[in-house]
Amino acid sequence: MIEKSIILPFFVGLIYLFIILIYRFIKWIRGLSKLDKLRLIQSLKTRRFLVALKEVFYEGLLHHKIFLKNPVLGYMHMSLAFGWFLLITAGHIEVMVAQKSMFVPMYLPIFFRYFETGKDFFFSGFFSFLMDFLLLFVLSGVSLAMLKRFKKRLFGMKKTTRLKTGDRIALTSLWLIFPLRLAAESMSANIYENGSFLTSSVGSLFGNSGSETVNFSLWMAYSLALGFFFVALPNSRYMHIPTEVLLIFVRNAGIKLKKRNNTYTDIQVFSCSRCGLCLDNCQMTTAGINNSQSVYILKNIRNQNLSDEQLFNCLLCGKCEVDCPVGINTIDLRITQRIESTLQYNSAYNYLEDIPSQKADMVYFAGCMTHLTPGIIKSMKKIFQMAGENVWFMDEEKAPCCGRPLMQAGQYEAASKLIANNTKKIVGSGAKKLIVSCPICYKVFKEDYELANIEVIFHAEYILQLIQKKVIQLNQSTQKIVYHDPCELGRGMKMYEEPRAVLRKTGSLISIKNEKQMAYCCGGSLGNLKISQEERTILRNHAVEDYLTYQPDILATACPMCKKTFTRHRGIKVLDISEIVVESTPKPTITKRVKVKAKRKVYVDEFA
Amino acid sequence: MNDFSYLKPASRQINFDNFDERLLMYVQQYEPSFLTCISCGGCTATCSAGNLTNFNVRKIGLWLRRGETEKLSEEIQKCMFCGKCTLVCPRDINIRNVILLIKKRISMLKTENEIQ
Repeated sequence: MIEKSIILPFFVGLIYLFIILIYRFIKWIRGLSKLDKLRLIQSLKTRRFLVALKEVFYEGLLHHKIFLKNPVLGYMHMSLAFGWFLLITAGHIEVMVAQKSMFVPMYLPIFFRYFETGKDFFFSGFFSFLMDFLLLFVLSGVSLAMLKRFKKRLFGMKKTTRLKTGDRIALTSLWLIFPLRLAAESMSANIYENGSFLTSSVGSLFGNSGSETVNFSLWMAYSLALGFFFVALPNSRYMHIPTEVLLIFVRNAGIKLKKRNNTYTDIQVFSCSRCGLCLDNCQMTTAGINNSQSVYILKNIRNQNLSDEQLFNCLLCGKCEVDCPVGINTIDLRITQRIESTLQYNSAYNYLEDIPSQKADMVYFAGCMTHLTPGIIKSMKKIFQMAGENVWFMDEEKAPCCGRPLMQAGQYEAASKLIANNTKKIVGSGAKKLIVSCPICYKVFKEDYELANIEVIFHAEYILQLIQKKVIQLNQSTQKIVYHDPCELGRGMKMYEEPRAVLRKTGSLISIKNEKQMAYCCGGSLGNLKISQEERTILRNHAVEDYLTYQPDILATACPMCKKTFTRHRGIKVLDISEIVVESTPKPTITKRVKVKAKRKVYVDEFA
Repeated sequence: MNDFSYLKPASRQINFDNFDERLLMYVQQYEPSFLTCISCGGCTATCSAGNLTNFNVRKIGLWLRRGETEKLSEEIQKCMFCGKCTLVCPRDINIRNVILLIKKRISMLKTENEIQ
């Protein structure tokens, strides 16, 4: 009987874990809205279920995304997750074969070498070899994980997250599980000779010191490590293992956060493994801001101690989302927290008047930021003139803001007032097209305005159309151009190619390392309400210094905000796309008025 | 201006015994750069909301220093958060954050007053 007591710690831990998991999963699914629940159930009946299963296999077990980012880190995760999974599966098959039964007690595969001392069952040699091999596979992952904790730079990671007590307990027991399993199996191999290449050779190291009591205590220690890990799991970051599976199913069902917290927030928060990949992508670390990155925000939401200072100290550039191996929508999640935090003080803007709109074929909305860079407005006017369009410049005199800055500050309800006012005006103009020259406005017009059949066009797209229709003729110069992707346009709206296509017509565009998805934020971002101007300057200089290594003649951008930020750095010539286009149009050959100056007489005494 | 009210301006006396510094202290704590404001009015000149109504960012700063919480709670609603003021500020003050802090503190004060 005492023999069987080694199962106890493992079983207690497992039952505790299952109770917590079932409780949480039920709570989360119940917390979804009725429609979302229907979506989830529906998705289980369609092809989406298979897609989700495939994703669970690729991301949950193989860690495909981490592999792409960093093969060593990917191998570490894969050997631990996939290796452990195979160890469990192969273990079960082995026991089924040995017992010649489909139904075997759950604990038996875990402690098989302890209970099954013989090796005369079918294929026993093959199985013990396989199990040893898989154990070695997992152990290689564990040793890499230990190495990573102390020498993270070897894994290409600059930063790793800080651990809490719960995490430490779980981490230590996880690290101990497999070495203890190796020790216990080796001891058994030493006594009963039921091991293969790994366990036998390690077992032979024990020599004659092997005994039943040592064997028992080693297996007990193994069981305790398992038990501790299971008990610590729900309150540690390892909760991401079961939650991620649920997240994949929920996400594949098409469920999204709808501007307010619900249990989908919890599912995402608990799915964060705190791997710290977002820390390396975050630019704010260069400015010494180290406590408001996505991983910490997720942790703080989970621990319910999120402060405004952290929540609003983020550029909302979206770089952290790019490499998140779990695919958490960090930006949505953060904006939702901002909405919750500012719920009490949304403005009503009762002063907004319905200013009559002007009839036109096309509306141009410059936006607040473009008004601070008059060069862009001038160029846009010139382009409209060349195209011969009937344009109404909507906010030339005055107009409310587009609403996006308010949204970034979390005040959606207030923003909707501005949106309603602007919508009325735009629709009232009877235009078919709305041209915007600011990516911040572009995003909100595209995503949150209901403009019926009015097409929202970004100025880079519009200019490209004009070039293709040969309305604008360009002289291609030999100037070297580096293009800076604005966050809101690139990662925000996934528009990377149109501005580049325009720039290729005007000069020689250089491709650089940190572009497109990995492009810098200029540092000017309206998303961050807490960052100081000095810190913004550090971010800007960091980006400009990198651009300068390519020795461009022009730094091109498509955002007035980025232009405004970069022009404060004196070392580089910054131009908006529209300005570059206007500069490269052939100048009309007007006969120059030559001022005829009277030749100045040179007096001899001037030289004296 | 039509009623010549500017000829008989309202009293501008501040009773320091009744000075409510809670709002000012809160802003100073979280956005100390506000202290460097020279009231140049650049923010007001560029303001998008100021273009549509009589909203005045500079006045917000003055009222904040005078502890005029009541007046502020009305006026601050007009800001559209577009961020132009922050961009043009010659003293590099994070004005958007100042506005956010004022709004936040006022809503906190309201709930505090309700409890009392």
